[in-house]
Amino acid sequence: MYHKYDAVVVGAGGAGLMAALQLVGKANVAVITKLYPSRSHTGAAQGGICAALGNTEEDHWEWHMFDTVKGGDYLTDQDAAEVLARDAVERIIELEHMGLPFNRTPEGKIDQRRFGGHTRNYGEGPVRRACYAADRTGHMILQTLYQQGIKNKVTFFNEFHLMDLIINNGRCVGVTALDIKTGELHTFHSKTTIFATGGYGRCWQVTSNAHACSGDGTVTAYRAGVPLMDMEMYQFHPTGLYRIGILLSEAARGEGGILRNSEGERFCERYAPTLKDLAPRDMVSRFIYQEIREGRGVGPNKDYVLLHVDHLGKEVIDSKLPDITDFARTYLHVEPYHEGVPIQPTAHYAMGGIPTDIEGRVIIDEKGTVLPGFYAAGEVACVSVHGANRLGTNSLVDLVVFGRRAGQHAARFIKENDYEELPTTPEKRSNDLLRFVEGGAQSGRKESAATIRKEMQECMMTNVSVVRNEKQLLTAMKKLQELRERFTKVGLTDNSTKFNTEKLEVLELGSLLEMAEVTTKGALERKESRGAHYREDYTSRDDKKFLAHTLAYRSPEGSVKELRYKPVTLGRFEPKERKY
Amino acid sequence: MQVTLKILRFDPEKDKKAHFKSYEIEADPLDRILDALNTVKWYKDGTLTFRRSCAHGVCGSDAMRINGRNRLACKELVGDIGKKITIEPMLGFRILKDLVVDMEPFFEKYRSIKPYLINYEDPPATERFQSAEDREIFDETTKCILCGACSGSCPPFWSNSEFIGPAAIVNAHRFIFDSRDQGSDERIAVLSQSEGVFRCRTVYNCTDACPREIPVTKAIEQIKRVMLYNR
Ligand SMILES: Cc1cc2nc3c(=O)[nH]c(=O)nc-3n(C[C@H](O)[C@H](O)[C@H](O)COP(=O)(O)OP(=O)(O)OC[C@H]3O[C@@H](n4cnc5c(N)ncnc54)[C@H](O)[C@@H]3O)c2cc1C
Ligand code: FES
Repeated sequence: MYHKYDAVVVGAGGAGLMAALQLVGKANVAVITKLYPSRSHTGAAQGGICAALGNTEEDHWEWHMFDTVKGGDYLTDQDAAEVLARDAVERIIELEHMGLPFNRTPEGKIDQRRFGGHTRNYGEGPVRRACYAADRTGHMILQTLYQQGIKNKVTFFNEFHLMDLIINNGRCVGVTALDIKTGELHTFHSKTTIFATGGYGRCWQVTSNAHACSGDGTVTAYRAGVPLMDMEMYQFHPTGLYRIGILLSEAARGEGGILRNSEGERFCERYAPTLKDLAPRDMVSRFIYQEIREGRGVGPNKDYVLLHVDHLGKEVIDSKLPDITDFARTYLHVEPYHEGVPIQPTAHYAMGGIPTDIEGRVIIDEKGTVLPGFYAAGEVACVSVHGANRLGTNSLVDLVVFGRRAGQHAARFIKENDYEELPTTPEKRSNDLLRFVEGGAQSGRKESAATIRKEMQECMMTNVSVVRNEKQLLTAMKKLQELRERFTKVGLTDNSTKFNTEKLEVLELGSLLEMAEVTTKGALERKESRGAHYREDYTSRDDKKFLAHTLAYRSPEGSVKELRYKPVTLGRFEPKERKY
Repeated sequence: MQVTLKILRFDPEKDKKAHFKSYEIEADPLDRILDALNTVKWYKDGTLTFRRSCAHGVCGSDAMRINGRNRLACKELVGDIGKKITIEPMLGFRILKDLVVDMEPFFEKYRSIKPYLINYEDPPATERFQSAEDREIFDETTKCILCGACSGSCPPFWSNSEFIGPAAIVNAHRFIFDSRDQGSDERIAVLSQSEGVFRCRTVYNCTDACPREIPVTKAIEQIKRVMLYNR
């Protein structure tokens, strides 16, 4: 089926919804999403969204910008960080006006709390900058934006799975998507396309990410010839529930929670004397890794540490951290009122993704050449505002700030440009891909998608996580190559057309396998340690060689063809050693 | 532990009627029911179809009937449910395939109560102020994840496909009791229609079913009271 829209937004999480809201009324816009909008993973975000409102203590956007740049270990593009920190203030107010039920101060203003890496006066000590709605801030953002979408009568194509990005004559001219309910392929011809498809945490065995976080948008752009930026910069959040990875927000530590090892020691103090447990995530994850490695892990296998909130008292726990303490009860049968909760670092957030400029326009090389009509925002994109390590609460801001900018720029583009034609066979690549997956029913295609996925996730967890080295990265490259070969023989048992979720899982696995390879390749070639990317064989940061973004290009066969490097946009803040 | 999953299956392309199929699997007591369903799908029967995403009770994808009660499959542990587990799609919804039900009418009812802040004044330059106490009044109903477990457990909802259902009412509550909102009259106009709030028979199934522990029946009662008071 053929559709024509001025703008097609793919993804209905915070970023996609925010973008769509800029376009309704100005252009005809469709939102395509594989999940119902309210099921998007933005809803899982817990702790907060930050802006230098200064509601409870002095704060300035410049301080926020500095923390973002330093937190990103200076791989952050400073033009983007400035936009983020400045615009954040207005966007939070806008969200409140839309109805977001923030927690309140005694005077009735938006309340703010502490979060890792956010400081007063350029690093002096923690500052209260995170606005929040209990520990379901993301849920409230997602609900509020979806509600605005309903109010403004946005057209949603729910349960449509993105298949391909269509490019013709150097312009992005739309997408194809599979209607999950009917199994029919749809072509959306558009002047502008905005990708907001979120992250790809399902590459790893232990992750805070939803099953749906499979990097489909990222891989679709990559397959269409767009490079991916800084994919080796993948964040492990220090406090995932032991073995399952469900997140316990940094808010737990923001409210005063602390980490202890098997000796009962508050070990963060030893590594980061100023910020202690509230040091940035990449560091706290490494502290935990180190404690475990040196035999101070807890449990029969000494492979986790404990997060304590028991000293905060029931009242604080119930009013400020109800959901996350509930997770501990439900999934581990642990009672946080009285005991420490077993945690381990969990694969959490992609700093890298589809490269864009500060207007959300996708760029395709180190010179910043734009692919007209194509935009990306949110976790799928790399502006790059998070550099080598994102600070807590900065992703939700990123969604609303850059989702909005992408939407607004697209609205301008729509006014100034006509439709570009579709190529003669816009559905060809999608159909080829579908035929490949459906071919899994043939004899001789016996590989199990579940087994391949499991092996990939284990491989990534062991070899491409908090601490990396050349040997392990090479092992991973080899294993991923093997898995990709096996994937060409992947089987399929469900040959129905309607709601064929087995088929979708194979498509998602295809995305994940490519994401895993790009991540590993980038990590292998970045021979330094910076932010989330820590190499035990190259332990220091190398600004001479690597104060640069990695751009990965794909070969027609699907592996990384070449890596190029794009200089970082510097500015106000000179790169310095990062200490907390 | 060894568990038996008895699952109601329906393939619209093959079956005239839904039928049960049983699967024996090995599961850890701390596994979620969702993990058990995945074990079946990944290693026993790839055709088994259900929705899922977050896997920890926040997205609302996988509400279904587990041993007769509406639950999120990702929020129940195998060890807590037992060795014999019967899983069916929620009642009161049309089955699309296996455990997947048609959510469109549900979302249409949600939309009908105008689930967005209505305020006719120009917003101030800062945030609108709201006291912590006023914020607290509607705290519970902001937790709704639109999973449908409450509506799908409600006898009047089963017998009357027009009944707006508890989920929509919960979301109306979230705005009616928000001190910043000015749209109560518009929402109450919807809720006071014949298929509105007075269809509720105070069965409390919804409160039991809500995976977010929203006191659904209490919220409905509060709305009824506002309506009676306004009359
Ligand atoms: C547990 C958890 C807690 C977090 N807490 C915080 C926090 O406190 N503060 C903070 O700032 N950040 C937090 N984050 C990070 C932040 O929530 C995410 O990075 C952010 O919400 C991503 O939003 P998004 O709009 O980019 O994507 P998502 O919300 O993931 O939405 C992606 C959308 O794309 C659609 N989609 C995906 N693939 C396809 C496809 N093939 N076809 C069609 N549609 C598709 C999906 O349906 C969905 O609508 C947290 C993350 C997690 C996992
Ligand atoms: S999968 Fe999200 S609520 Fe169960």
